[in-house]
Amino acid sequence: MFDLVSFIPRAIAQSIPLLYGSTGEIITEKSGNLNLGIPGVMYVGGICGVIGSFLYEQSFDDPTQMNAALGILIPLLCCLLGSLLMGLLYSFLTVTLRANQNVTGLAMTTFGVGFGNFFGGSLIKLAGSDVPSISLSTTSGLFRTTLSFAGSLGDFGSMFLSFGFLAYVAIVIALVSSHVLTMTRIGLQLRAVGEDPATADAAGIDITRYKFMATCIGCMIAGLGGLYYVMDYANGVWSNDAFGDRGWLAIALVIFTIWRPNVSIFASILFGGLYILYLFIPTGTDLAVKELYKMLPYVVTIVVLVITSMRNKRENQPPESLGLPYFREDR
Amino acid sequence: MIRITKRKEMPLSQSMAIRGLSIVLSLVVCGIITTILTGLNPIDVYVTFFNGAFGSARKIWILLQEIAILLCISLALTPAFKMKFWNLGGEGQVLVGGLATAACMILLGDKIPNPLLIACMVVSSIAAGAVWALIPALFKAKWNTNETLFTLMMNYVATQLVAYFIIVWEVPKGSGKIGIINQSTEAGWLPQIGDYKYLLNIILVAVITVLMYVYLKYTKHGYEISVVGESTNTARYVGINVPKVIVRTLLLSGAICGFAGLLLVGGTDHTLTTTIANGRGFTGVMVAWLAKFNPFSMIGSSFLLVFMERGASEISTAYGLNQSFADILTGIILFFIIGSEFFITYKIKFTKKTEEVEKANV
Repeated sequence: MFDLVSFIPRAIAQSIPLLYGSTGEIITEKSGNLNLGIPGVMYVGGICGVIGSFLYEQSFDDPTQMNAALGILIPLLCCLLGSLLMGLLYSFLTVTLRANQNVTGLAMTTFGVGFGNFFGGSLIKLAGSDVPSISLSTTSGLFRTTLSFAGSLGDFGSMFLSFGFLAYVAIVIALVSSHVLTMTRIGLQLRAVGEDPATADAAGIDITRYKFMATCIGCMIAGLGGLYYVMDYANGVWSNDAFGDRGWLAIALVIFTIWRPNVSIFASILFGGLYILYLFIPTGTDLAVKELYKMLPYVVTIVVLVITSMRNKRENQPPESLGLPYFREDR
Repeated sequence: MIRITKRKEMPLSQSMAIRGLSIVLSLVVCGIITTILTGLNPIDVYVTFFNGAFGSARKIWILLQEIAILLCISLALTPAFKMKFWNLGGEGQVLVGGLATAACMILLGDKIPNPLLIACMVVSSIAAGAVWALIPALFKAKWNTNETLFTLMMNYVATQLVAYFIIVWEVPKGSGKIGIINQSTEAGWLPQIGDYKYLLNIILVAVITVLMYVYLKYTKHGYEISVVGESTNTARYVGINVPKVIVRTLLLSGAICGFAGLLLVGGTDHTLTTTIANGRGFTGVMVAWLAKFNPFSMIGSSFLLVFMERGASEISTAYGLNQSFADILTGIILFFIIGSEFFITYKIKFTKKTEEVEKANV
């Protein structure tokens, strides 16, 4: 029998990093920047949070005595700072120096994943500490604090209220971005920049500022996805390459949701479910078939990609100038 | 005030000087970072680097082999990029090529004579790679489906497919590994030239490099690729069948990637893992782009990246640091070179604001 009560919470837990990543990428893409560096940014976000809280935990003899507010704030700020720097780097190269976005993005992914794995593997040695592995159980405990009454609500509680605060923050951020993008002046101008920067420029919109802001904010949101993964999903244990290809799936989700963060909330839960479906389908002792089930999220993405391109509706198209640098004199 | 204008064309010597300068600058930054992390003095850092790449005959052979494989994959991706088709699926195309090779070696290993077996491996690996690239190409040609994401997703489909077959063929059962294929009979192992294990791969890739240069520069196909890359509208206007060019170019691109899979599985590794491509499908994108799609310049750019990787891996081994150190340094070098392109394409003029205002008033 398919165990829905244990499936749904795990699917949601899987979906949160994807939701952060896709929301960040949607905001970035709306400004016309196709940031393929998101997988790297998410690694950097995660590891920066880990470095922050590792150093903070190490400064106490007994980590349980540390200040709860600081225990959350330090990794959070480190994560945001790290992702912000990655965003600034990407915007500087692609907007100020007008470099090719795909190449810059891939270089950022190489750098970011390397950065995460390097510090994940060498932090203990570099910090001169004597612990056997990076295990931030105290900080993770703070991030995983749930509402005290969630347990008393039965299945509903365990399915929807059993997550740490970052999960709900992700949903709030997605809803707010959706609102800002479609309902506000800033959102309208941002979309104008992504659709046709030359026209937006003529209308007096500061293209550079919008592209920088959107990319940096997008990266910071995506970085939180990495932080959620380490602190909440992985119980504060960093293991190299564990985050895997979630960053690429987040980019795929952007197309799946046709550039809408609010749709992404459900779409990412669907993807999260597909990601772990192989654990719930009884295959007996045939381990090989499980590997085929792991293909599902990617196959579904391809199918959606093909269908949206076949239907070719105007409102479902990517921002017109996506991937192109803007140079005012270049007309 | 800073004014930026586009340059007409920069003399080659000058643009090479800018690129060279950016590489030197990036190496200095890499040296400083390594010094901070290891506490080694900067001169020793470069010495260790150099040793990692050229320290012994064996290391030089490995360096050459790594360059050959990376170059092969970059060459494969080049015609597609020149056409502005972002084939990020090199990873998957190499994997299925390797999978096809391994399948021949395992299933036909002791049933048919060796030359016939190798012929089967060559044909099937090339076909597998070509098919893997053909699928996104067909959709791109017919419905303009976004190829960047399509090819990217195909990588993971290929990875899972390989993971599936690894479990099917695993030796011994339950180990999750295939191990060395046909270790006793050496059936399907590509022939070794003299005592040099990697020489055959290097020669084959050198041949492909020359062929690719000729193909892109002197053939009608190559010309059509560059016209489609410049503008699909122009191409259509002069009567080029754009979908046909896309499909044909991607078949070639995938075929060479599949061949790289053959070189890896049949030529050197003699086993199959999900990580045989080892990120080269992505690194190849950058190699091709750095060399501005010129096959001979690609030898230089792949040398630079492989040299950094081998050097950084020597440092991480010597100081007990993580092997990913190489990725950080590669990233830094790439950022510098990507940034330097700006100074090649654009000219910057510093003018005083007051002067401009005065001119405007006059």
